[in-house]
Amino acid sequence: MRLDAADRQLIDSYQRSLPVCERPYEEMGRTLGLTEEEVIQRLSALQDQKVLSRVGPVFEHSQAGASLLAAVAAPEEQMDLVAARINRAPGVNHNYAREHTYNLWFVMTAPDNELLEEHLDELEKELKLPMLRLPMVEGYHIDLGFDIDWEALS
Amino acid sequence: MSQLFSADYLPMDSPDSDATKVSAWGLLRLRQQLEQGLPLVPRPYRVLAERTGLSEQEVMDAITQWQSNGLIKRLGLVVKHRTLGYTANAMVVWDIPDEQVQALGKAMADVPFITLCYQRPRRLPDWPYNLFCMIHGTNRERVLAQLDSLIAGHNLQHIQYAVLFSNKAYRQRGGRYVSHD
Repeated sequence: MRLDAADRQLIDSYQRSLPVCERPYEEMGRTLGLTEEEVIQRLSALQDQKVLSRVGPVFEHSQAGASLLAAVAAPEEQMDLVAARINRAPGVNHNYAREHTYNLWFVMTAPDNELLEEHLDELEKELKLPMLRLPMVEGYHIDLGFDIDWEALS
Repeated sequence: MSQLFSADYLPMDSPDSDATKVSAWGLLRLRQQLEQGLPLVPRPYRVLAERTGLSEQEVMDAITQWQSNGLIKRLGLVVKHRTLGYTANAMVVWDIPDEQVQALGKAMADVPFITLCYQRPRRLPDWPYNLFCMIHGTNRERVLAQLDSLIAGHNLQHIQYAVLFSNKAYRQRGGRYVSHD
């Protein structure tokens, strides 16, 4: 997806410190030389095009509740089916196919650990597939707000 | 449940609001709303106030407080890298001796092309790997070249590892800890 200079500037400038004031989009526009309306339109369009998943906070998962990375080894021809079942389980926010015997990797969240384990138990019983449960022991770097390398993308 | 209502997440220190009167339910509703993202309207915090029964000032105070106590890691545009062209997303997993894993994790965290890095438990015999790092790249060759440089730079030639490229995203969205699906 090719973005114009103003869209790129919005992304470059506001991945981490969106203003907290009555008119945040006006404030962003002032910095970038856009009107408030243009900022809102651009953000809406970027969201519609799925360049942005949202404008808002990223919560620190260890404080926000419970979350866990899990993986299952699904038969190759049933991957889509198993992935859909995983997505129907409560609190699944990431789910990727990966090249490995454990070929479906997902993150499940819940308000607390007990509920999380319960939901995973239910899913494991339903899927009848070997499941790896891999809670985080320690995070060394957990932030996907890295600078976009527009050159490499062009 | 308890941690959702912990005093850390109430804007107790805010001089502008009467902290004891900020409703815990209002704050929980605010977190649920925030997990869905900010409304794209001229006064997004006022809209959140209307939806949560808080005042606009209380909403802004709570967000500021959550940023400073670390509940909110960042506030801004959340990019879907795959749409932009970051299509080579590799999870690289390593079997590092326990006594070295922390130092190596910290070292890898500083490598510019590593976007995530964390330690997780081994699950023997199926899963011998205890250190995970993610490389979000624009093509596979480049990611593999970056991996080679990482191995050479940190003397990891004798470490068992695996590279798990992701070839499809079935779901990718923000965590919803307190809101419903």
